[in-house]
Amino acid sequence: MWQLFWSFLKIGAFSFGGGYAMIPLIEREVIERHKWIGRADFLDMMILAQSSPGPIALNTAVFVGYKTRGVGGALSAVAGIVLPSFVMILLIALLFADIRHNPWIEAAFKGMRPAVVALIAAPILSLSKTVHRLLWTVIVATAFSIHWLGWSPVVLLLAGALLGIAYEVWNAKRLNR
Amino acid sequence: MILWQLFLSYLKIGFFGFGGGYAMLSLIQNEIVVRHGWLSGGEFADIVAISQITPGPIAINSATYVGYTVGAQMGSEGFGVLGSLIATVAVSLPSLTIMLLLTHFFIRLRNNRLIEGAMRGMRPVVVGMIAAAALMLIFPASASADEQSFIDAWSWVLFGGVLIGQIRKINPILLILLSALLGIVIYH
Repeated sequence: MWQLFWSFLKIGAFSFGGGYAMIPLIEREVIERHKWIGRADFLDMMILAQSSPGPIALNTAVFVGYKTRGVGGALSAVAGIVLPSFVMILLIALLFADIRHNPWIEAAFKGMRPAVVALIAAPILSLSKTVHRLLWTVIVATAFSIHWLGWSPVVLLLAGALLGIAYEVWNAKRLNR
Repeated sequence: MILWQLFLSYLKIGFFGFGGGYAMLSLIQNEIVVRHGWLSGGEFADIVAISQITPGPIAINSATYVGYTVGAQMGSEGFGVLGSLIATVAVSLPSLTIMLLLTHFFIRLRNNRLIEGAMRGMRPVVVGMIAAAALMLIFPASASADEQSFIDAWSWVLFGGVLIGQIRKINPILLILLSALLGIVIYH
């Protein structure tokens, strides 16, 4: 239990850049070092973790923790993965109130803001080569309706899921005929 | 009560956070900036920048930060810590319960056609949500200085540079740190 906590603490503390960057780290700790789950389970876990809502790292922590030590294991793995982020951001938030109007910090953030926008926009551009034109219409319509019409992203997500399911059902029926 | 609203908002973000970090940005933005006005658009961009250079999932980072900010608005740092705890627990709860159920019943999502259909239907929406997050930072809701990500021509130079860097697969942490450095050189 303690080891689960410790392993996921390490994963949480050294994973920069979000979910996908964590995968090799998780692989090393969970499969190679501790042999908590096998390779085949790892694949199933990654599909589960990517399909269910929430951060991928958190989802994998629940899976590995529960498989090895039940609910207690899941809780300690989750505590491990959340704690480094939590402590670090809390410290930054505590400090930031005081240093926010420091001219050096202000200048640094003026530089970082447009950089952040570029980081968010980049994956959309790199997708543009692989995505079908019809899907592009959906993507643009989604972005437009959230930003200018103020539609809720949650409603659009549900609509997308339902349409996808309807298409699968319709497709299955057509193939049966 | 504001802490209860904070809890509900982050519960919702956790529950509908399909498609990983960047996709969750639009949900977070919608709840925190648009609906409740707890952060300005500019502060939101700042927390994304901080999340990029600190470890851990962006959803958790933003929950801790926003929780602290919202709590601290109630008057003291103690409330800030309480707020960050509440938001962080709330954003983790849906993951925890849904993954526990899926793992317990060992539901294999591989080859499940309905789930695959739902995922396929959500994918373009998720990409659209990422685009909406970027749009909101480019075209903020108000003209106040704290909302602006782009203040002059240098902003667009930095934007273009980072965009090219990202497409060339340069490490994003390095790109953020470089733009912070350039920010100091240009604006200080």
